[in-house]
Amino acid sequence: MQSKSTPTDPFNWLFLAPCLLVLAVCAGWPLLRTMFFSFTDATLDNLQQTSFIGLDNFITLARDQEWWKAALNTFTIVIISVPLETVLGLVVALILHKNFRGRGWMRAIVLVPWAIPTIVSARMWGWMLNDVYGIINELLLRASIIDSPVPWIASNTLSLISIILVDVWKTTPYMSLLLLAGLQSLPQDCFEAAEVDGISFGRMLFKVILPLLKPTLIVSMIFRALDAIRIFDLVYVLSSGNNATTTMSVYARRHLVDYADVGYGSTIAIVLLFFIVFLGILYAPFYRKKLQSLD
Amino acid sequence: MKNLDNKWKYKRFAKELIFLVACLIIAAWSLFPFYWAVVSSLRASSDLFSTDLIPSSITIENYKYIFNDESFGASFWNSVVVATLTALATLIICLLAAYPLARCRFVGRKRVLMIALCVTTLPHVAVLSGLFEMIRFFDIYNEKSALILAYMIITVPFTLWVMTNFMNGIPKEIEEAAIMDGATRYVILTKIFLPVLKPAVVTTGLLAFIAAWNEFLFALTFTLTNQARTVPVSIALFSGASQHELPYGLIMAASVVVTLPLVVLVVIFQRRIISGLTAGSLKG
Repeated sequence: MQSKSTPTDPFNWLFLAPCLLVLAVCAGWPLLRTMFFSFTDATLDNLQQTSFIGLDNFITLARDQEWWKAALNTFTIVIISVPLETVLGLVVALILHKNFRGRGWMRAIVLVPWAIPTIVSARMWGWMLNDVYGIINELLLRASIIDSPVPWIASNTLSLISIILVDVWKTTPYMSLLLLAGLQSLPQDCFEAAEVDGISFGRMLFKVILPLLKPTLIVSMIFRALDAIRIFDLVYVLSSGNNATTTMSVYARRHLVDYADVGYGSTIAIVLLFFIVFLGILYAPFYRKKLQSLD
Repeated sequence: MKNLDNKWKYKRFAKELIFLVACLIIAAWSLFPFYWAVVSSLRASSDLFSTDLIPSSITIENYKYIFNDESFGASFWNSVVVATLTALATLIICLLAAYPLARCRFVGRKRVLMIALCVTTLPHVAVLSGLFEMIRFFDIYNEKSALILAYMIITVPFTLWVMTNFMNGIPKEIEEAAIMDGATRYVILTKIFLPVLKPAVVTTGLLAFIAAWNEFLFALTFTLTNQARTVPVSIALFSGASQHELPYGLIMAASVVVTLPLVVLVVIFQRRIISGLTAGSLKG
């Protein structure tokens, strides 16, 4: 698989140079700057001359009720949407795994929410969930499930539910692809054997498929949680103006840009990063496996 | 015996029916919001609040308005340029980098792959201020190049992994024969690997294009004027006379215009997109 090359072959690093440069310029350096800013009183207009204020920003954050609310919102979204997406994604993956006519079309259809820009999905759902003119209220009224229109976006609790709903709609396709890949890597004869033996599908699912799929399920859930914890676009557009649904990323950007308070905004971003690193540690054994697969 | 046969047939039929219904529900759930956006965008403004599932009359006035609107035209063009250039730059950078990562074993190789993987999980707000400072330093604030620079953080690590994966799968005999003939690394990459990797290049290029096309946070932060915005930002900032009078007909028309190219790409390339997405994440 590999060509002969000594460990010090300059060619390797020559080819890698543009990539490393980009990673350093776009990710490494800005990240270091944000870490630095989080210990300062930097403002957007004055990023050069800042004074070091130690842990002041972190102390402010620990006492900031709004931040605690944002953290709570973020974790609520992660804890509810990720398992929902996993269950729905599994259903979709099981369907796509079956060989049937029109499977190609079904795959394309399932991918549509994934391809739609998050901003556009937020707008589409915002329109559908509109309290006065929205189709969802209308359909629910017609079916007599509700008696009066529901304020899906304006109400504090419901808007969080709406965000979770749209997030589930948008990210289930990706989840189902991850799980489909997992299903395809299982020994296929166990599916056939179960079918021939006349074992019921439910039994097969819980006794055979799920135990075999467990590593994939765990990895996909961590993977999705790592993504969901930084949720920004959907919240920013779907419930703009409603502070009750602010998430950590939205809160960080509000301080960084809207209030031009780069010092405190950076602190919020670094704490978010800390949560991600913590989740990432759970993911670490999988990192290693992934690296080994490239040997 | 016949009875049993019938029972079996009946059971099979019921199973297939349940499967079909499940497919239909999933299709409706996936497609309805887009369908509703299309329907709403085709309604006359007097008819916008109708909740008929199938419109009785359609008009393209919203689309006419959108395409005559100068700032929407500008943002559409910006999105096309930014997404295309981001995808091209990402492909060149990652093709070069994937070669040593996939074909050679050298000290630091794993570290590079690990760093790339970590960057994919970085929260984008954590690089916002540093990037902003850099963009101001290069004096490219409110310009397309600022967005292309920022988007690299999203597209490069992912593409690097997928490309390394695909390149890892090329049989070594091909490369060895070329080395025997005295071909340089650069020639091997461009003349021998590139043709083999064509499907991978299409897949990763497409994924990078879609990621850049859909990006919002950086585009919102690093542009200021209507002329410099990308489509997601102009759709997000579309506003009417007041908060409660959003011009939904226009917003839906704009939404359909940005989404349609992606839906077409997905229908054509679904197989490749799926293989790329899974290769970049799970299959290792």
